[in-house]
Amino acid sequence: MKAISLEVSGDTARKELIRGMIMPPGRLLRAYLKEAKYEMARMLRTPAFAIPFLGLPALLYLLFGALIFSDAIRNDLQAGKFIFTAFAVFGVMGPGLFGFGMTVAIEREQGLLKLKRALPMPPAAYPIAKMFMAVMFALIVMATMIAALPLGHLKLTVGQALAVVVINVLGSLPFCAIGLFIGARTTSRSAAAFVNIIYQVMMHISGLFYPLPGFLRAIAPVWPTYHLQQLVFSAIGAPSQGKAVIHVIALTGVTAMLTALSVRRLARAG
Amino acid sequence: MSNDCLAELSGVSKRFGKTVALDGLDLQLQRGELFAVLGPNGAGKTTAISLMLGLQQPDAGSVSLFGQSPLLVETRRQVGVMMQEVYLVPELRVREQIDLVASYYPAPISPDAAMEMTHTTSLANRPYGKLSGGQKRQAQFAMAICGCPKLLFLDEPTVGLDLQARELMWGALRQLVNHGASIVLTTHYLEEAEALADRVAILAKGRMIASGTVKEMRALVTRRQITCSSKLDVEQIRTWPSVEHASREQQRLRITTSDAEAVVRRLMDADANLQELEVRRAGLAEAFTELTQEAAS
Repeated sequence: MKAISLEVSGDTARKELIRGMIMPPGRLLRAYLKEAKYEMARMLRTPAFAIPFLGLPALLYLLFGALIFSDAIRNDLQAGKFIFTAFAVFGVMGPGLFGFGMTVAIEREQGLLKLKRALPMPPAAYPIAKMFMAVMFALIVMATMIAALPLGHLKLTVGQALAVVVINVLGSLPFCAIGLFIGARTTSRSAAAFVNIIYQVMMHISGLFYPLPGFLRAIAPVWPTYHLQQLVFSAIGAPSQGKAVIHVIALTGVTAMLTALSVRRLARAG
Repeated sequence: MSNDCLAELSGVSKRFGKTVALDGLDLQLQRGELFAVLGPNGAGKTTAISLMLGLQQPDAGSVSLFGQSPLLVETRRQVGVMMQEVYLVPELRVREQIDLVASYYPAPISPDAAMEMTHTTSLANRPYGKLSGGQKRQAQFAMAICGCPKLLFLDEPTVGLDLQARELMWGALRQLVNHGASIVLTTHYLEEAEALADRVAILAKGRMIASGTVKEMRALVTRRQITCSSKLDVEQIRTWPSVEHASREQQRLRITTSDAEAVVRRLMDADANLQELEVRRAGLAEAFTELTQEAAS
């Protein structure tokens, strides 16, 4: 080997070295796609994760919307929209919060992230793959929710249904960011606790499932669930609070800020 | 830095809290060599590798990989890695794990070719979580080589492998070096370094206490071991000059000494019936023990 390297001029050796470092754009894209594909595959192969998150929202919607509150909804269109929105938002929270919060914490602790940092994985491929997984899960959740609509005595126009799907699928991103933020900072055990606490808190005190008393109503805008709920309300013609643009800014802001903080942290410490 | 130096630590120090992991370490990896880093637990072997891979930053000194910072993803595209104690996603199959890692590199070999090289083809469709400890190491080895890296970092690669699997991995490592790859491996198994390495570095307490070829390492150690069948009294032999250690296993006497000729002469004089005399230079194992003990004292 030495003999060979003596024969080539320094310049040729340098060129060869540089060639080994450059990734053609097609291959770079492939790296992102493979990461996303296998993240999705492993989550679908974990039934304990996939089934509750994919099936539960539509099932609960049917339980409450089509059975328990069936009469009330038939007489009150707004009540039907409220319940549908609640379970749609609830459905897109889980994959991001748990898929990021738990798995990032576990994978950090178990050294997988360290290996990926040592390997030439494109640095953004890891969070993007997880985000893709959460978005795909949100898409499946929304497809089941839309399929359940006729049984829930609620009629949406095609435009409204599409708007709800788009808003909720994109709306899963702030929950990814919160999950990532928790996962990047905690151990796997404490991540489970933190994710559950924030999940429960957002579900119960942001006005998602039931109207809030005065004080809690005043602070509801700190929760991303509140902003997402208002956006869905306005898309399906239910009474909503605040301006859509403010809700979008709030959700985008939370996503960008928490993602930036987490990516920085992961790059430094893994 | 010359073109032939692929990775370099110069004057590197690293501490974790109050523990000094590396203390002014200089290490150079040359192109085309298999370089074994030996040392007892806590000597700083894994820290040295982590620094070369950019997983940790030195407190003092400098690190370069292919003449660049190891933090650049471009630099690491020439590097394959097998780390100690890593848990991979259990739901993915072996072929999928390799396919994913291969996608990070500009010109990888196919997962099937990587499995063939590492004798893991039979594991291709097994979920990683269902593999035995040794099979996991073999799969990780396939992942380390699939990107056709110019430089491989292998941290304790053969831990948990049975003898046959270890021989197969050694064969694959020799093949890689013959094809121009360079390899850094850490190991506890001295025979592994003896069997594979062009050059060895021995670390203790974060410092390099010796480096050179396996032969040079052994030559550093002046002690030799004498074995023979004799009825002489071990206690008495222990009192002879230059005898450092003497023991008996049934008929066999085992003596470690710094002056083998003098001891052999005296043995022959003392016991006319002495048989099966053997004198050999200490192996890397003895060299290693001696050097690390000297460093500790």
